[in-house]
Amino acid sequence: MTTATLPPSATLTSQSGDSDTQLLEVSMGPQHPSTHGVFRMDVALDGEHVVKLKPIFGYLHRNHEKIAENETYLGSMPYTDRLDYFCSITNNWAYALAVETLAGIVVPERAEYLRVITGELTRLQNHASLVGFLMQDMGASGTPLMYAFREREKILDLFETLTGARMMCNYMRFGGCRCDLPEGWLAQAKQVVDAFPRFLDEFERLLSGNEILMARTQGVGVLSKELAINAGVTGPMLRACGVNYDLRKVDKYGIYDRFNFRVPLGEHGDVYDRYMIRLLEMRESVSILQQAMRDLPEGPFTDPKTKVRNFRPKPGEAYGRIEAPKGELGFYLISDGTPNPYRYRVRPPSLINLTILEDMCLGQNIADVVIILGSVDIVMGEVDR
Amino acid sequence: MLGEGILKGLAETARNFFGSYVSKDRLTTIQFPEERAPRIEASRNFPFLVYDGTDPMAGLRCVSCLICEKECPPKCIFIEKSTDKKPDAVGKPQFYPSKFNIDISVCMSCQICVEVCPFDAIKMDNAPSPTSTTTRSIPPKPPT
Repeated sequence: MTTATLPPSATLTSQSGDSDTQLLEVSMGPQHPSTHGVFRMDVALDGEHVVKLKPIFGYLHRNHEKIAENETYLGSMPYTDRLDYFCSITNNWAYALAVETLAGIVVPERAEYLRVITGELTRLQNHASLVGFLMQDMGASGTPLMYAFREREKILDLFETLTGARMMCNYMRFGGCRCDLPEGWLAQAKQVVDAFPRFLDEFERLLSGNEILMARTQGVGVLSKELAINAGVTGPMLRACGVNYDLRKVDKYGIYDRFNFRVPLGEHGDVYDRYMIRLLEMRESVSILQQAMRDLPEGPFTDPKTKVRNFRPKPGEAYGRIEAPKGELGFYLISDGTPNPYRYRVRPPSLINLTILEDMCLGQNIADVVIILGSVDIVMGEVDR
Repeated sequence: MLGEGILKGLAETARNFFGSYVSKDRLTTIQFPEERAPRIEASRNFPFLVYDGTDPMAGLRCVSCLICEKECPPKCIFIEKSTDKKPDAVGKPQFYPSKFNIDISVCMSCQICVEVCPFDAIKMDNAPSPTSTTTRSIPPKPPT
């Protein structure tokens, strides 16, 4: 692949005007432990400060979109699991939503509730492990990450009992879900969800007031409201800048208009706000989950009229988007009436949230670049596709 | 007071550390070879063919309709259809697969072959795959 190149280091001169110093060009990644996968940054440093940063993607490109254009509509469902492998259920949901819009399928009520329950559980485990990873990037080796993974484990156990796989769930189908809840699942899930606030309290006592965390994160990687909106940043990143934009409230897709929840907003747009937004969102997710589990109706879990085999939507185009844990995840499909889509496009939240990385990192220390990247919440499977 | 947050955090880790001796929620680890998690019915490993009766070859439910071969997303199933018919478990003459190959290295355990099969002839295995190269080093399965 062609890489974006900086001029040779010798030609870069320090901005401090001191003729003795030169800029140092560092290539961070793609095998760097802090880059959350195979991500590479070409960083030019003036002493400790970043003067230029070029993100370089593409090391995990797997041709997802073109493969999907040669697959049946159902056939690309398991591939969507592999986009953002932390939250496979929300990926399934966004794709199912796009196909349902395209083909005009009505989802039964119970299926909508099942989607909300599994989707919010996904958000819980994604945010919990993200906070753990962020602490790991900051050097808090182990403890917060292991506490987060302990909770994630319980949620993954629920997913395995329900869908058969811990991460590659492949759970949604066009017009509903693949299977109904097994016996005892709901009681077990209620137990996990009811115990979750205790974990959040502990996590907050462990981290939020910690002076080292505050010193490392407050005022670091500030993203302005205007830039965030202009760059198309979505999800917790955008809300940490104080923009009230949550697709669950804006689009009210599925049945989100029935639940009573608040959208937490940040004020400064720094790393600490992004960390705090995740913790607050988990509390809201717990409240959505409790409401959804209370109201879960009986009924069919999938639309029986939708064909599994030989599924051909009418010619047309559709865009389905949901609020995935990382931001707005959208699928754009064009059908020409054949069993496979004519065009299949993914709008990944991670990639678009990553485009403003340079603006957040300029003038910061090299050590802060790692935590700024950590707070963006990327998964390379989704960035490169 | 500076450092208060750190001390509170340390108290939290201490609570978790001592709590892990008394509370099952704080220590979810399973000591693998001695202790095993219950096998999950829905969990999926790799597909296998289902047969009726006692003889696997005679009672095979697969009639080699080639639907799973067509629908498999990574195209890991390869079937060679028989030229003659053979009586199945209920005695009705049916085609059978003279070759049914699944490339396990390509299979991504998505279960779509199971969903599309009209004869319920293919199912997902839920046996855990052994973590050792020899069967002898694995301790026997505890009685269930």
